[in-house]
Amino acid sequence: MGGWLFDPAHWSGPTGIPVRLLEHLGYTLLTLVIAAVIAVPLGAFVGHTGKGGFVIVGLSNVLRALPTTAVLILVVLWAGLGDFPVYVALVLLAIPPIMAGTYAGIRAVDPVTVDAARGVGMRESGVLLNVEIPNALPLIFGGFRGAALQVVATATIAAYTGAGGLGRFVFDGLALQEFGQMLAGAVLVALLAVLVDLGFAGLQRLTVSPGLRPVGTGGKK
Amino acid sequence: MTWIFENWDRFWEVTEVHLRLSVVPVLIGFALSIPLGWWASRSQTARAVLFPLANVLFTIPSIALIVITPVLIGVKILDEINVIVPLVIYTVALMVRSVADALSAVPGNVIAAANAMGYRPLRRFLTVDFPLALPVTIAGLRVATVSNISMVSVGALVGLGGYGQLFTEGYQTDNSAKVFAGLIGTVVLAALADGLLLLIGRLLTPWARAGR
Repeated sequence: MGGWLFDPAHWSGPTGIPVRLLEHLGYTLLTLVIAAVIAVPLGAFVGHTGKGGFVIVGLSNVLRALPTTAVLILVVLWAGLGDFPVYVALVLLAIPPIMAGTYAGIRAVDPVTVDAARGVGMRESGVLLNVEIPNALPLIFGGFRGAALQVVATATIAAYTGAGGLGRFVFDGLALQEFGQMLAGAVLVALLAVLVDLGFAGLQRLTVSPGLRPVGTGGKK
Repeated sequence: MTWIFENWDRFWEVTEVHLRLSVVPVLIGFALSIPLGWWASRSQTARAVLFPLANVLFTIPSIALIVITPVLIGVKILDEINVIVPLVIYTVALMVRSVADALSAVPGNVIAAANAMGYRPLRRFLTVDFPLALPVTIAGLRVATVSNISMVSVGALVGLGGYGQLFTEGYQTDNSAKVFAGLIGTVVLAALADGLLLLIGRLLTPWARAGR
Protein backbone atom coordinates (compact mmCIF):
# COMPACT_ATOMS: atom_id res chain seq x y z
CA MET A 1 0.00 0.00 0.00
CA GLY A 2 2.90 2.35 0.76
CA GLY A 3 4.61 1.26 -2.46
CA TRP A 4 3.39 4.21 -4.50
CA LEU A 5 4.45 6.72 -1.88
CA PHE A 6 8.02 5.42 -1.56
CA ASP A 7 8.69 4.82 -5.27
CA PRO A 8 11.59 7.22 -6.10
CA ALA A 9 10.04 7.85 -9.54
CA HIS A 10 7.19 9.70 -7.85
CA TRP A 11 9.53 12.04 -5.98
CA SER A 12 10.93 13.95 -8.97
CA GLY A 13 9.82 15.88 -12.05
CA PRO A 14 7.17 18.59 -12.55
CA THR A 15 4.35 16.30 -11.36
CA GLY A 16 6.33 14.72 -8.53
CA ILE A 17 5.48 14.75 -4.84
CA PRO A 18 7.77 17.72 -3.88
CA VAL A 19 6.23 19.96 -6.56
CA ARG A 20 2.65 19.03 -5.58
CA LEU A 21 3.52 19.51 -1.91
CA LEU A 22 4.85 23.02 -2.59
CA GLU A 23 1.79 23.88 -4.71
CA HIS A 24 -0.47 22.72 -1.88
CA LEU A 25 1.52 24.71 0.68
CA GLY A 26 1.42 27.73 -1.66
CA TYR A 27 -2.38 27.58 -1.97
CA THR A 28 -2.63 27.30 1.82
CA LEU A 29 -0.31 30.15 2.77
CA LEU A 30 -1.53 32.68 0.18
CA THR A 31 -5.14 31.83 1.11
CA LEU A 32 -4.41 32.47 4.79
CA VAL A 33 -2.68 35.79 4.01
CA ILE A 34 -5.61 37.04 1.87
CA ALA A 35 -8.17 35.82 4.42
CA ALA A 36 -6.23 37.49 7.24
CA VAL A 37 -6.17 40.84 5.42
CA ILE A 38 -9.97 40.67 5.19
CA ALA A 39 -10.96 38.94 8.43
CA VAL A 40 -8.59 40.33 11.06
CA PRO A 41 -9.50 44.04 10.62
CA LEU A 42 -13.23 43.15 10.50
CA GLY A 43 -13.03 40.96 13.61
CA ALA A 44 -10.84 43.53 15.39
CA PHE A 45 -13.14 46.44 14.56
CA VAL A 46 -16.27 44.64 15.73
CA GLY A 47 -14.49 43.24 18.79
CA HIS A 48 -13.12 46.67 19.74
CA THR A 49 -16.28 48.70 19.22
CA GLY A 50 -18.68 45.95 20.30
CA LYS A 51 -20.94 46.99 17.43
CA GLY A 52 -22.28 44.52 14.88
CA GLY A 53 -21.34 41.33 16.70
CA PHE A 54 -24.47 39.63 15.40
CA VAL A 55 -23.42 40.47 11.82
CA ILE A 56 -20.08 38.72 12.35
CA VAL A 57 -21.74 35.66 13.88
CA GLY A 58 -24.42 35.50 11.17
CA LEU A 59 -21.92 36.00 8.35
CA SER A 60 -19.65 33.32 9.80
CA ASN A 61 -22.49 30.82 9.99
CA VAL A 62 -23.60 31.42 6.40
CA LEU A 63 -20.02 31.18 5.11
CA ARG A 64 -19.46 28.00 7.13
CA ALA A 65 -22.43 26.34 5.43
CA LEU A 66 -21.22 27.34 1.96
CA PRO A 67 -20.10 24.16 0.12
CA THR A 68 -16.57 24.81 -1.14
CA THR A 69 -17.06 22.48 -4.13
CA ALA A 70 -19.98 24.59 -5.38
CA VAL A 71 -18.11 27.88 -4.94
CA LEU A 72 -15.11 26.45 -6.81
CA ILE A 73 -17.25 25.17 -9.70
CA LEU A 74 -19.30 28.38 -9.96
CA VAL A 75 -16.20 30.57 -10.13
CA VAL A 76 -14.64 28.21 -12.71
CA LEU A 77 -17.80 28.45 -14.84
CA TRP A 78 -17.78 32.25 -14.58
CA ALA A 79 -14.08 33.07 -14.71
CA GLY A 80 -12.48 30.03 -16.35
CA LEU A 81 -9.98 27.46 -15.11
CA GLY A 82 -6.88 28.35 -13.15
CA ASP A 83 -5.77 29.25 -9.65
CA PHE A 84 -8.17 32.18 -9.19
CA PRO A 85 -11.29 30.03 -8.47
CA VAL A 86 -9.23 27.98 -6.00
CA TYR A 87 -8.32 31.09 -4.02
CA VAL A 88 -11.88 32.45 -4.02
CA ALA A 89 -13.24 29.15 -2.66
CA LEU A 90 -10.49 28.70 -0.06
CA VAL A 91 -10.50 32.32 1.15
CA LEU A 92 -14.26 32.10 1.79
CA LEU A 93 -13.56 28.96 3.80
CA ALA A 94 -10.77 30.56 5.84
CA ILE A 95 -12.53 33.84 6.71
CA PRO A 96 -15.05 32.57 9.34
CA PRO A 97 -12.62 30.92 11.77
CA ILE A 98 -10.10 33.79 11.56
CA MET A 99 -12.81 36.45 11.96
CA ALA A 100 -14.47 34.59 14.84
CA GLY A 101 -11.12 34.01 16.58
CA THR A 102 -10.14 37.68 16.32
CA TYR A 103 -13.57 38.89 17.47
CA ALA A 104 -13.76 36.44 20.37
CA GLY A 105 -10.16 37.14 21.37
CA ILE A 106 -10.68 40.89 21.61
CA ARG A 107 -14.02 40.54 23.41
CA ALA A 108 -12.35 38.27 25.95
CA VAL A 109 -9.69 40.80 26.98
CA ASP A 110 -10.26 41.85 30.58
CA PRO A 111 -12.20 45.16 30.52
CA VAL A 112 -10.16 46.34 33.50
CA THR A 113 -7.00 46.10 31.39
CA VAL A 114 -8.59 48.01 28.51
CA ASP A 115 -9.87 50.63 30.98
CA ALA A 116 -6.40 51.00 32.47
CA ALA A 117 -4.94 51.52 28.98
CA ARG A 118 -7.42 54.34 28.37
CA GLY A 119 -6.71 55.65 31.86
CA VAL A 120 -3.00 56.08 31.15
CA GLY A 121 -3.93 58.14 28.09
CA MET A 122 -3.68 55.66 25.21
CA ARG A 123 -5.60 56.52 22.07
CA GLU A 124 -8.19 54.08 20.72
CA SER A 125 -5.76 52.86 18.05
CA GLY A 126 -3.12 52.32 20.72
CA VAL A 127 -5.58 50.43 22.91
CA LEU A 128 -6.40 48.13 20.00
CA LEU A 129 -2.87 47.59 18.65
CA ASN A 130 -0.84 47.58 21.88
CA VAL A 131 -3.27 46.13 24.40
CA GLU A 132 -6.22 44.28 22.90
CA ILE A 133 -4.53 42.49 19.98
CA PRO A 134 -1.47 41.27 21.96
CA ASN A 135 -3.81 40.01 24.70
CA ALA A 136 -6.10 38.38 22.13
CA LEU A 137 -3.26 36.58 20.31
CA PRO A 138 -3.88 33.10 21.75
CA LEU A 139 -7.48 33.08 20.47
CA ILE A 140 -6.46 34.74 17.19
CA PHE A 141 -3.92 31.96 16.69
CA GLY A 142 -6.64 29.44 17.54
CA GLY A 143 -8.70 30.87 14.67
CA PHE A 144 -5.74 30.73 12.28
CA ARG A 145 -4.89 27.14 13.19
CA GLY A 146 -8.50 26.04 12.65
CA ALA A 147 -8.57 27.85 9.30
CA ALA A 148 -5.21 26.34 8.28
CA LEU A 149 -6.41 22.79 9.01
CA GLN A 150 -9.55 23.31 6.93
CA VAL A 151 -7.69 24.97 4.07
CA VAL A 152 -5.00 22.26 3.86
CA ALA A 153 -7.68 19.55 3.84
CA THR A 154 -9.97 21.34 1.38
CA ALA A 155 -7.28 22.53 -1.05
CA THR A 156 -7.41 18.87 -2.17
CA ILE A 157 -10.69 19.64 -3.97
CA ALA A 158 -8.85 22.14 -6.23
CA ALA A 159 -7.62 19.22 -8.33
CA TYR A 160 -11.21 18.42 -9.34
CA THR A 161 -11.14 21.39 -11.72
CA GLY A 162 -7.65 20.58 -12.93
CA ALA A 163 -5.60 22.76 -10.54
CA GLY A 164 -2.47 21.43 -8.82
CA GLY A 165 -1.67 20.46 -5.26
CA LEU A 166 -1.76 17.11 -3.51
CA GLY A 167 -5.36 16.58 -4.61
CA ARG A 168 -3.95 15.63 -8.02
CA PHE A 169 -2.87 12.28 -6.56
CA VAL A 170 -6.33 11.66 -5.09
CA PHE A 171 -8.23 12.50 -8.31
CA ASP A 172 -5.69 10.99 -10.73
CA GLY A 173 -5.62 7.85 -8.56
CA LEU A 174 -9.41 7.75 -8.61
CA ALA A 175 -9.51 8.11 -12.41
CA LEU A 176 -6.87 5.40 -12.88
CA GLN A 177 -8.29 3.18 -10.10
CA GLU A 178 -4.85 3.35 -8.43
CA PHE A 179 -5.59 2.95 -4.75
CA GLY A 180 -1.91 3.43 -3.78
CA GLN A 181 -1.82 6.86 -5.39
CA MET A 182 -5.07 7.98 -3.70
CA LEU A 183 -3.84 6.79 -0.34
CA ALA A 184 -0.48 8.53 -0.81
CA GLY A 185 -2.31 11.79 -1.58
CA ALA A 186 -4.49 11.45 1.51
CA VAL A 187 -1.55 10.64 3.79
CA LEU A 188 0.53 13.53 2.42
CA VAL A 189 -2.33 16.00 3.00
CA ALA A 190 -2.76 14.82 6.59
CA LEU A 191 1.02 15.07 7.18
CA LEU A 192 1.12 18.57 5.68
CA ALA A 193 -1.77 19.60 7.93
CA VAL A 194 0.11 18.40 11.01
CA LEU A 195 3.30 20.22 9.88
CA VAL A 196 1.44 23.47 9.20
CA ASP A 197 -0.20 23.25 12.63
CA LEU A 198 3.21 22.68 14.25
CA GLY A 199 4.51 25.73 12.36
CA PHE A 200 1.70 27.85 13.78
CA ALA A 201 2.32 26.44 17.26
CA GLY A 202 5.97 27.54 16.95
CA LEU A 203 4.99 31.00 15.72
CA GLN A 204 2.49 31.29 18.58
CA ARG A 205 5.20 30.41 21.12
CA LEU A 206 7.45 33.11 19.66
CA THR A 207 4.89 35.91 19.49
CA VAL A 208 2.51 35.45 22.42
CA SER A 209 3.62 37.24 25.58
CA PRO A 210 4.92 34.82 28.24
CA GLY A 211 2.51 36.46 30.66
CA LEU A 212 -0.41 34.98 28.72
CA ARG A 213 0.78 31.37 28.88
CA PRO A 214 -1.46 29.06 30.88
CA VAL A 215 -0.34 28.81 34.49
CA GLY A 216 -0.13 25.67 36.62
CA THR A 217 -0.93 22.09 35.65
CA GLY A 218 -3.81 22.87 33.30
CA GLY A 219 -1.65 22.19 30.27
CA LYS A 220 -2.30 23.76 26.91
CA LYS A 221 -5.53 25.33 25.71
CA MET B 1 -33.46 30.08 -8.35
CA THR B 2 -35.85 29.36 -11.24
CA TRP B 3 -33.97 26.09 -11.81
CA ILE B 4 -35.30 24.86 -8.45
CA PHE B 5 -38.95 25.46 -9.38
CA GLU B 6 -38.62 24.18 -12.93
CA ASN B 7 -36.96 20.98 -11.72
CA TRP B 8 -38.76 20.59 -8.41
CA ASP B 9 -39.01 16.76 -8.47
CA ARG B 10 -35.31 16.36 -9.10
CA PHE B 11 -34.49 19.03 -6.49
CA TRP B 12 -36.67 17.31 -3.89
CA GLU B 13 -35.11 13.93 -4.71
CA VAL B 14 -31.53 15.16 -4.11
CA THR B 15 -32.72 17.05 -1.01
CA GLU B 16 -34.01 13.82 0.52
CA VAL B 17 -30.76 11.98 -0.21
CA HIS B 18 -28.71 14.91 1.10
CA LEU B 19 -30.73 15.06 4.29
CA ARG B 20 -30.39 11.33 4.90
CA LEU B 21 -26.64 11.34 4.22
CA SER B 22 -26.04 14.20 6.66
CA VAL B 23 -28.48 13.41 9.48
CA VAL B 24 -27.68 9.70 9.90
CA PRO B 25 -23.94 10.33 10.53
CA VAL B 26 -24.75 13.13 13.00
CA LEU B 27 -27.03 10.81 15.01
CA ILE B 28 -24.54 7.92 15.03
CA GLY B 29 -21.60 10.23 15.73
CA PHE B 30 -23.43 12.00 18.56
CA ALA B 31 -24.37 8.68 20.17
CA LEU B 32 -20.73 7.50 20.01
CA SER B 33 -19.28 10.77 21.29
CA ILE B 34 -21.26 10.77 24.56
CA PRO B 35 -19.51 7.75 26.15
CA LEU B 36 -16.16 8.80 24.62
CA GLY B 37 -16.55 12.39 25.82
CA TRP B 38 -17.56 11.16 29.27
CA TRP B 39 -14.46 9.00 29.37
CA ALA B 40 -12.27 11.93 28.26
CA SER B 41 -13.81 14.18 30.94
CA ARG B 42 -12.78 11.73 33.66
CA SER B 43 -9.42 10.40 32.58
CA GLN B 44 -6.21 12.23 31.68
CA THR B 45 -5.11 9.16 29.71
CA ALA B 46 -8.29 9.23 27.64
CA ARG B 47 -7.76 12.91 26.86
CA ALA B 48 -4.14 12.30 25.92
CA VAL B 49 -5.23 9.57 23.47
CA LEU B 50 -8.56 10.86 22.12
CA PHE B 51 -7.84 14.57 21.54
CA PRO B 52 -4.70 14.22 19.38
CA LEU B 53 -6.36 11.32 17.53
CA ALA B 54 -9.42 13.48 16.87
CA ASN B 55 -7.18 16.29 15.56
CA VAL B 56 -5.38 13.96 13.16
CA LEU B 57 -8.63 12.38 11.91
CA PHE B 58 -9.99 15.85 11.27
CA THR B 59 -7.05 16.71 8.99
CA ILE B 60 -7.74 13.83 6.58
CA PRO B 61 -9.49 15.48 3.63
CA SER B 62 -13.07 14.28 3.23
CA ILE B 63 -12.58 13.39 -0.45
CA ALA B 64 -9.65 11.15 0.52
CA LEU B 65 -11.58 9.46 3.31
CA ILE B 66 -14.53 8.90 0.98
CA VAL B 67 -12.40 7.16 -1.65
CA ILE B 68 -10.42 5.11 0.88
CA THR B 69 -13.39 3.90 2.94
CA PRO B 70 -14.75 1.42 0.33
CA VAL B 71 -11.35 -0.28 0.07
CA LEU B 72 -10.94 -0.44 3.84
CA ILE B 73 -14.36 -1.88 4.61
CA GLY B 74 -14.82 -3.77 1.35
CA VAL B 75 -17.92 -2.22 -0.25
CA LYS B 76 -18.55 -0.74 -3.69
CA ILE B 77 -17.48 2.87 -4.29
CA LEU B 78 -21.09 3.88 -5.02
CA ASP B 79 -22.39 2.65 -1.65
CA GLU B 80 -23.85 5.42 0.56
CA ILE B 81 -21.95 3.96 3.50
CA ASN B 82 -18.81 5.54 1.98
CA VAL B 83 -20.09 8.99 2.89
CA ILE B 84 -21.70 7.92 6.16
CA VAL B 85 -18.58 6.36 7.70
CA PRO B 86 -16.29 9.39 7.07
CA LEU B 87 -18.94 11.80 8.35
CA VAL B 88 -19.44 9.71 11.50
CA ILE B 89 -15.66 9.93 12.02
CA TYR B 90 -15.67 13.75 11.59
CA THR B 91 -18.70 14.11 13.88
CA VAL B 92 -17.07 12.05 16.63
CA ALA B 93 -13.75 13.91 16.18
CA LEU B 94 -15.56 17.22 16.66
CA MET B 95 -18.03 16.18 19.36
CA VAL B 96 -15.68 14.30 21.71
CA ARG B 97 -14.04 17.56 22.71
CA SER B 98 -17.38 19.40 23.06
CA VAL B 99 -18.90 16.67 25.24
CA ALA B 100 -15.73 16.35 27.34
CA ASP B 101 -15.44 20.13 27.85
CA ALA B 102 -19.16 20.37 28.66
CA LEU B 103 -19.02 17.59 31.25
CA SER B 104 -15.80 18.95 32.79
CA ALA B 105 -17.48 22.32 33.22
CA VAL B 106 -20.32 20.97 35.40
CA PRO B 107 -19.73 22.66 38.80
CA GLY B 108 -18.17 20.36 41.41
CA ASN B 109 -20.53 21.52 44.16
CA VAL B 110 -23.55 20.49 42.06
CA ILE B 111 -22.08 17.02 41.60
CA ALA B 112 -21.25 16.82 45.31
CA ALA B 113 -24.83 17.84 46.19
CA ALA B 114 -26.26 15.17 43.87
CA ASN B 115 -23.93 12.56 45.39
CA ALA B 116 -24.93 13.62 48.89
CA MET B 117 -28.60 13.23 47.96
CA GLY B 118 -27.86 9.62 47.11
CA TYR B 119 -27.88 9.74 43.29
CA ARG B 120 -26.24 6.68 41.80
CA PRO B 121 -23.66 7.34 39.06
CA LEU B 122 -25.89 6.47 36.04
CA ARG B 123 -28.90 8.38 37.31
CA ARG B 124 -26.72 11.33 38.29
CA PHE B 125 -25.20 11.36 34.79
CA LEU B 126 -28.60 11.24 33.08
CA THR B 127 -30.42 13.72 35.31
CA VAL B 128 -27.68 16.09 36.52
CA ASP B 129 -24.39 16.05 34.59
CA PHE B 130 -25.75 15.55 31.08
CA PRO B 131 -28.54 18.16 31.23
CA LEU B 132 -26.10 20.74 32.62
CA ALA B 133 -23.68 19.88 29.81
CA LEU B 134 -26.37 20.32 27.14
CA PRO B 135 -25.76 23.96 26.11
CA VAL B 136 -22.09 23.37 25.23
CA THR B 137 -22.89 19.94 23.73
CA ILE B 138 -25.59 21.38 21.50
CA ALA B 139 -23.27 24.19 20.41
CA GLY B 140 -20.86 21.47 19.24
CA LEU B 141 -23.68 19.52 17.62
CA ARG B 142 -24.70 22.60 15.63
CA VAL B 143 -21.18 23.01 14.23
CA ALA B 144 -21.00 19.28 13.40
CA THR B 145 -24.40 19.29 11.68
CA VAL B 146 -23.69 22.36 9.57
CA SER B 147 -20.26 21.09 8.50
CA ASN B 148 -21.74 17.64 7.70
CA ILE B 149 -24.44 19.16 5.52
CA SER B 150 -21.74 21.10 3.68
CA MET B 151 -19.44 18.07 3.38
CA VAL B 152 -21.97 15.56 1.97
CA SER B 153 -21.58 17.31 -1.39
CA VAL B 154 -18.00 16.09 -1.64
CA GLY B 155 -19.34 12.55 -2.12
CA ALA B 156 -20.70 13.60 -5.50
CA LEU B 157 -17.13 13.96 -6.78
CA VAL B 158 -16.98 10.15 -6.74
CA GLY B 159 -20.56 9.76 -7.98
CA LEU B 160 -22.64 9.66 -4.78
CA GLY B 161 -25.97 11.46 -4.25
CA GLY B 162 -27.16 14.69 -2.67
CA TYR B 163 -26.85 18.31 -3.77
CA GLY B 164 -23.28 17.57 -4.86
CA GLN B 165 -24.73 15.79 -7.90
CA LEU B 166 -26.10 19.15 -9.04
CA PHE B 167 -22.56 20.57 -8.69
CA THR B 168 -20.85 17.90 -10.80
CA GLU B 169 -23.62 17.76 -13.41
CA GLY B 170 -23.71 21.55 -13.61
CA TYR B 171 -19.93 21.60 -14.05
CA GLN B 172 -19.98 19.01 -16.83
CA THR B 173 -22.84 20.69 -18.73
CA ASP B 174 -21.68 24.29 -18.09
CA ASN B 175 -24.95 24.99 -16.26
CA SER B 176 -24.22 27.40 -13.41
CA ALA B 177 -27.93 27.71 -12.50
CA LYS B 178 -27.88 24.03 -11.51
CA VAL B 179 -24.76 24.48 -9.37
CA PHE B 180 -26.29 27.55 -7.77
CA ALA B 181 -29.51 25.63 -6.99
CA GLY B 182 -27.46 23.03 -5.11
CA LEU B 183 -25.59 25.76 -3.25
CA ILE B 184 -28.85 27.43 -2.17
CA GLY B 185 -30.24 24.04 -1.12
CA THR B 186 -27.18 23.32 1.02
CA VAL B 187 -27.20 26.71 2.73
CA VAL B 188 -30.96 26.62 3.41
CA LEU B 189 -30.79 23.07 4.75
CA ALA B 190 -27.88 24.03 7.01
CA ALA B 191 -29.71 27.12 8.28
CA LEU B 192 -32.88 25.11 8.99
CA ALA B 193 -30.98 22.35 10.81
CA ASP B 194 -29.03 24.94 12.81
CA GLY B 195 -32.21 26.78 13.80
CA LEU B 196 -33.93 23.55 14.76
CA LEU B 197 -31.05 22.52 17.04
CA LEU B 198 -30.99 25.99 18.62
CA LEU B 199 -34.71 25.65 19.34
CA ILE B 200 -34.34 22.12 20.75
CA GLY B 201 -31.51 23.39 22.95
CA ARG B 202 -33.69 26.17 24.35
CA LEU B 203 -36.62 23.84 24.99
CA LEU B 204 -34.38 21.32 26.77
CA THR B 205 -32.69 23.89 29.01
CA PRO B 206 -35.47 26.15 30.31
CA TRP B 207 -33.39 27.00 33.41
CA ALA B 208 -30.84 28.79 31.21
CA ARG B 209 -33.42 31.53 30.59
CA ALA B 210 -34.79 31.71 34.14
CA GLY B 211 -34.36 34.99 35.95
CA ARG B 212 -33.73 37.05 32.82
